[in-house]
Amino acid sequence: MILGATMVAQHITFGIIAAIVIVGALRVVTTNNVVHAALWLVAVLSGVGGSFILLGAEFVGVTQILIYVGAIVVLFLFGIMLTRAPIGREVNLTGSSWPMGLVVAIPIAGVLAYTLIDAFGTDHIGNDTRQLTAQVSDTLFQNYLIPFEVVSVLLLAALIGAIVLARKE
Amino acid sequence: MILHWVWLMPAIMATSFVVILLLGKRMPKKGAEVGIAAVGLCFVIALLSAGSWITRVNDASGGHTVKEQVATAEEHGASEEAAAAEVEEAHPPVQPVVTERNWFESGGVKFTIGTLVDGLSVMMFIVVTIISLLVHIYSTDYVRGDRRYTHYFAFLSLFTASMLMLVMSLNTVQFITSWELVGLCSFVLIGHWFEEKPNSDAALKAFIMNRVGDVGLLVGMITLFWAADSFDILKINTLANSGGIDHLVLLVAACCLTAAVMSKSGQFVLHTWLPDAMAGPTPVSALIHAATMVVAGIFMVARLYSVFFHGLSIGSGNTNLLAVIGGVTVIGGAGLAFVQNDIKKVLAYSTVSQLGYMVMALGVGAWTAALFHLFTHAFFKAGLFLGSGSVAHSVHSFDMKEDMGGLKRFMPKTFWTFAICTVALIGIPPLAGFWSKDEILAGGHELGVHNVYETFMIVGIIGALMTAAYMTRCVYLTFFGEPRGAAADPHHHPHESGPLIVVPLYILAGLAIVTGLANFPWGPDGINLRFEYFVQPVGDYFPTLGVITFNPYVAVFSTLAGATGILLAYLYWFRGAFHGATSRNKAARAGYTVLLNKYYFDHLYTDIIVGDIKGPIARASYWFNQNVIDAVVNGVGVGSREAANFLYGTVDQGIVDGAVNGSGFGAEGTGQLLRRLQSGKVQQYGALLFGGAVILAGILVFTL
Amino acid sequence: MLLNEFLLLGAALFAIGVYGVLVRRNGVMVLMSIELILNAVNINLIAFGALHHTVVGQVFALFVITIAAAEVGVGLAIVLMLYRNRSSIDLDQIDAMRG
Repeated sequence: MILGATMVAQHITFGIIAAIVIVGALRVVTTNNVVHAALWLVAVLSGVGGSFILLGAEFVGVTQILIYVGAIVVLFLFGIMLTRAPIGREVNLTGSSWPMGLVVAIPIAGVLAYTLIDAFGTDHIGNDTRQLTAQVSDTLFQNYLIPFEVVSVLLLAALIGAIVLARKE
Repeated sequence: MILHWVWLMPAIMATSFVVILLLGKRMPKKGAEVGIAAVGLCFVIALLSAGSWITRVNDASGGHTVKEQVATAEEHGASEEAAAAEVEEAHPPVQPVVTERNWFESGGVKFTIGTLVDGLSVMMFIVVTIISLLVHIYSTDYVRGDRRYTHYFAFLSLFTASMLMLVMSLNTVQFITSWELVGLCSFVLIGHWFEEKPNSDAALKAFIMNRVGDVGLLVGMITLFWAADSFDILKINTLANSGGIDHLVLLVAACCLTAAVMSKSGQFVLHTWLPDAMAGPTPVSALIHAATMVVAGIFMVARLYSVFFHGLSIGSGNTNLLAVIGGVTVIGGAGLAFVQNDIKKVLAYSTVSQLGYMVMALGVGAWTAALFHLFTHAFFKAGLFLGSGSVAHSVHSFDMKEDMGGLKRFMPKTFWTFAICTVALIGIPPLAGFWSKDEILAGGHELGVHNVYETFMIVGIIGALMTAAYMTRCVYLTFFGEPRGAAADPHHHPHESGPLIVVPLYILAGLAIVTGLANFPWGPDGINLRFEYFVQPVGDYFPTLGVITFNPYVAVFSTLAGATGILLAYLYWFRGAFHGATSRNKAARAGYTVLLNKYYFDHLYTDIIVGDIKGPIARASYWFNQNVIDAVVNGVGVGSREAANFLYGTVDQGIVDGAVNGSGFGAEGTGQLLRRLQSGKVQQYGALLFGGAVILAGILVFTL
Repeated sequence: MLLNEFLLLGAALFAIGVYGVLVRRNGVMVLMSIELILNAVNINLIAFGALHHTVVGQVFALFVITIAAAEVGVGLAIVLMLYRNRSSIDLDQIDAMRG
């Protein structure tokens, strides 16, 4: 009984999240206001974070909110500010080649959807998908220690690269 | 026990690096005081660890003091020499002190970090910290007022830290890490004045040449890892020594590692970065060339000696790679030192040549001799570099021909210390260089089967002669004769440097006199051959080496060679100088014509005599240096051109052309069509890419 | 829950992201669309991780997030540089590769 209720609740939550994500994503790529696009991006990223939590990946969900919403979107806003993109309504943020984009994107969606339904049509994720943060950290720092270190070096390199690129001569 | 705490030294230096970098600018002495305090502390730790090691070695004799053993040996009626040999035999294994911590574990391989302390490491601690300390003190005066003063001291600290880390490495991972750190610091310090193009070029050259050797280092170390299934240096050595690793594998590893030695320790043919590295500040040159960077290669061979010993079959008396490279370098480096006018370049090539001695000694199996030479060489070479820096500080130039001469009068303290270090380098008894160089020569004489290494002894003696000659020339041009150029500038009389520069020179000159006695071959046991007794490892991780005894004939011969060198150079330069000097004085009085004539005479003298006697040797080695690779490349080029001509004439013109032309026309037609796609718009390209990908994916999904 | 719910969400997000990358004229907007694509990938990783009861999916999602951060940093620096050199980040005007 309770299990059933949980399942219904999960489905409803997923529906809401999916709606937010899809609508938000569509607005990100169609709106003509740069700042609005960034704010819609916040909605999408939060929605994705919500879906992570729904999947039991609490740590990644929280990280998603912290890093993406907290840091990356702010970076984007800085980028918008520094490049002095016209803030406010602007008619031509989408290029004249938008039909070309549709021609590519719709088949991609189609092929992916067909493949997924074909391959995983009936697979169920168990109801209890919780994976504790402790497990994540154990795996990360035992089996994936070296990739982890490499990623940190990569971040450093990106940091230096960004500074060098953006520095005023 | 202090030997478990030696890791404090690199830790202190690394901390000092960070502190100087972050806070140095705000300190009263701009960070120099932190560096000096840190390195001073390290020096104390190094001394303590040396004391501790000496106790450990003595204790390992099982409570017997050496004297007692000798007494027992003598009671048995053995001769003095046999008694000494028996003591040698009785020298029990002294286990190195190992401190180990797990660093991390990945894929079942354990990476540890720790320290390995034995006589070799302790000796290097002393050398590195003492030279580094003196260089720090000296630098406070030498680079005073430099715009990157703080930065300079920070990197001196890091340099010292890396080198200390290197010499106490427990495993090869740690070793490679600190090896690269040493390279990095040398890059930074050589390019200290990077605003000038030649300096930054020299830094890049040093770094890149070292990368060449580093490839060898990596391949060699990885080979050893797979062979021994461990990064542990002791384990690798033990396995190599007990035959646990296949000979061929050892040979491959040793050859790869030799490449690393060639680049790091400036051996022919990878030595060219070393003279260029003189672009750095002089104290840095002293540090690089005496105590840190260049001896890293020697240290590596000494540390992994079992690998080299068995890999290159040194014990069997082969003429092997190491010995040959060393021998060539001894002569080649000494030859090049003749033609340099820059005082630091003379010293640089001299370093190349002396490092050649060390590599050669390692190649013939004279391990202790090589390390002893490293030990003594560090002090007198540092003294020479710092002395040349003192001179340059005064005349603001390094050019002996243009801007020096007659400086003895103005800078007596620098002169005397420089002279003492020179004599030590030449190897005149009883100064340091004599004892160590002689041991190498004796090693060449006595080791190996059927005297196969005798050649290297001869090479060494010739090298000693050349060393004597070029160092005499260097001293003459710098300190004798009449002042020239900047040294003669009436507005800026050369002046003796301040105490911060002179005191380190005194200390180094003093060390150049006494350090040779560390391995004094005679005297009662307990006093003689102390260096060998304490430094040379005994144990299953170190091969059993032949014993070298002091050979009076070799000693006399090498001293004679040195004296001959000095004499020849004296006769040539000093007498020539005498004429030259009077010529200039007369010129001053008698006028322009006389000057011109005398100058012409001088010129003739230089060209004909010098050209005939020392020119060919020097030029030949210089030529070899410059051209041999060119020649090889040209040869390959000519060969391939001939082959290409043949191919062009028959195959290409006849068969291929037709086909190519046909396809060319086809391609052009298609290209004209496709050109329209090349709008230059990235997004359009992206659309094509994604479109193509989705079509392919669709084909895969729907048909399979 | 069905696995496909999440995978289809990811697929939709991916397609929308590709659309954005292909048609947006503003460099910053293109970067945002790339973020959408990366998020789609993350959803897949987490969903499969949940299906197989392993945390490896999460570990890799974390890596992707890290790399996305690096990518945005460098990407924005490039866009800034572009803006500085051409005082515009309109991708339609950047056709230096025209054949």
